[in-house]
Amino acid sequence: MAKITLDNLAHSYLARPVTPEDWALKEMNHVWDDGEAYALLGASGCGKSTLLNIISGLLRPSQGRILFNDVDVTDQATAGRNIAQVFQFPVVYDTMTVRDNLAFPLRNRGASAAYVAQRVEAIARMIGMESELGHKARGLTADAKQKISLGRGMVREDVNALLFDEPLTVIDPHMKWELRTQLKALHHQFGHTMIYVTHDQTEALTFADKVVVMHDGRVVQMGTPQELFERPEHTFVGYFIGSPGMNLLDAEVTGAQAVVQGTEIALAGDYGRPAGRVQIGVRPEFVRLVAGDEGLLVKVVRIEDVGRHKIVRCDFRGVEINAIVDEGAEISPDMTRVSFDPAAVNVYADDWRVTPRSLIGVAA
Amino acid sequence: MSLTLEGVTKVVNGRVHIHPTDLTLEGGTMNVLLGPTLAGKTSLMRLMAGLDVPQTGRILWQGQDVTGLRVQDRKVAMVYQQFINYPSMSVYDNIASPLRLMGKTALDIDAAVRKTADLMQLTPMLDRRPLELSGGQQQRCALARALVKEAGLVLLDEPLANLDYKLREELRAEIPKIFEAAGSIFVYATTEPEEALLLGGNTATLWEGRITQFGPTPQVYRQPKDATTARVFSNPPMNFLTLTKSGARILYGKGQSAPAIGSLMSLGDGTYVAGFRPNHLDLEQRAGQMLVFDTRLNVTEITGSETFVHLDHYGERWVGLVHGVRDLKLAAPLRVYLDPAHVYVFGQDGVLVAPAAYAMAA
Repeated sequence: MAKITLDNLAHSYLARPVTPEDWALKEMNHVWDDGEAYALLGASGCGKSTLLNIISGLLRPSQGRILFNDVDVTDQATAGRNIAQVFQFPVVYDTMTVRDNLAFPLRNRGASAAYVAQRVEAIARMIGMESELGHKARGLTADAKQKISLGRGMVREDVNALLFDEPLTVIDPHMKWELRTQLKALHHQFGHTMIYVTHDQTEALTFADKVVVMHDGRVVQMGTPQELFERPEHTFVGYFIGSPGMNLLDAEVTGAQAVVQGTEIALAGDYGRPAGRVQIGVRPEFVRLVAGDEGLLVKVVRIEDVGRHKIVRCDFRGVEINAIVDEGAEISPDMTRVSFDPAAVNVYADDWRVTPRSLIGVAA
Repeated sequence: MSLTLEGVTKVVNGRVHIHPTDLTLEGGTMNVLLGPTLAGKTSLMRLMAGLDVPQTGRILWQGQDVTGLRVQDRKVAMVYQQFINYPSMSVYDNIASPLRLMGKTALDIDAAVRKTADLMQLTPMLDRRPLELSGGQQQRCALARALVKEAGLVLLDEPLANLDYKLREELRAEIPKIFEAAGSIFVYATTEPEEALLLGGNTATLWEGRITQFGPTPQVYRQPKDATTARVFSNPPMNFLTLTKSGARILYGKGQSAPAIGSLMSLGDGTYVAGFRPNHLDLEQRAGQMLVFDTRLNVTEITGSETFVHLDHYGERWVGLVHGVRDLKLAAPLRVYLDPAHVYVFGQDGVLVAPAAYAMAA
């Protein structure tokens, strides 16, 4: 197991990068703790796979170093890094049985037959393939093959890190639950350093201790799921995490008050007078639809029934404001305004969150 | 406009892919085929399109028998999971291509292409080639090509599966608006219950080559007729437990025994399977009369706004979804509560015996 250090790391696919856009990965410095589970989350092209490939040694960075337990491995090939990898699509030996596929990494390193048998049994139980151990991999469905890939990735206990690149893309929703929970349980049990690349927020948030949100080759925030949800440091995090994402409204902010198109909105802290493009951000979970004359006057455009809750899509002078309400909640025609829980309102200047000078009457 | 399947089956190499199926779809409706991989969604779509010929049964279009009629001779458009466009053509020519094949005039083609491009937000990209576009835009281009034909039947086979989560969310919100404007019969295959709910319209749940239920989407979701439908239409999976009624008392699983309350009072003596959705499990006693279960907490997953709890109830594995971030002790006992109004009761054959009271009130 290893601590992973990214030291001055940057990468460009061009020989002579000039502009910032030429860098697929902008300069970053991070230390990822031994035994933690990290998720790299972002849209296609944000640099997450580039970063993963640098960590695994498939790609040599144009700049900076990568260290495992303070040892420089920048020039070490993948094989020398002692890591296990699982990719988006299954990589299995078709002519081998499920058992031999799972045993392969262990036998390759000369593990004893008894140990191999015991580990293979344990992993097969985890991925729910105990009864298929004797079957040839050929002819199995794509998700069965992917389960074998996952199992093989986890069969060795002595790896520095486990790297997953969108491993559940081809798996059915129900099985995704099963496997993700198993991965999580495994992490608790063995404490491997795990890095999991995904564009799916649910996968990232539920799997990781720390989620690393990437945008345009940069890490815009690294934090616990709760931090990303409650205090997005960048408007991109607000948008990308949450379904729907955070509502953003242009505002004038003075001290503990925001004014949005003439309507005053209370804030829970003193924000001074932030400069630049100032916006307030409120997640749909903290927007309440109310009757009366407090709050912003909106028009309810559509109500979507998502099963466990409803998404109420409102229009506020051309800007969409979404609210999430309970499954059983009644929405009456006189509910024409939205109000926000002040503690859940964040302030942004030029897309970055402004830290309040002091908080007023709320627990931080 | 209508499409009817009458006793349609599909058998490949002796394996039944589609059991006898009856289904009627009307014009201007969105019809979701919801089910896991290999449930028969694509097989059913291929039969509807005329790409495959059914073993038995008939397919009617506007009441006319079209069984065996080739796909070329039907008014059908299909969109697949992979983004399929002509890479050497501009977006404009991609959208125009089906109309050119139909022999339309240049004037008609131009008007139709611009209208569809506008609807799909592709107007600024008409001169570009598909590979210069993002994945979301490529799939918009494929969708535009399917829509421009004004085919009576538009089949969408997991069209958003290869897109990033956020793009999927955006396009998914637009699709209902698009189909409302089109008036065709839309059929949309997905593995994701939430996608079915967001698309609205009607949903057919599929399991092992059979349609288990078909009806308005919220109704199929809240009033499933059997345990299979409930299982297919629940993500995270629905929780199940055995329930043995004996007089005024009920034994839950191998666990506790409690007085029968709510709709459970009217059940006859015997053994049943109870089902409830993860989001209906509570960590606090909210209503007056709630079922109480002592479980063991295995794993928690925090999404930021909600917490998933993975529980063990005397060997049964349950998932709960509760509001907020909870700091709970793992590998420790956890007491959970359930409002009996949220419980579905199925017979041992899986058929619904008692609906969840809340769903009937809604």
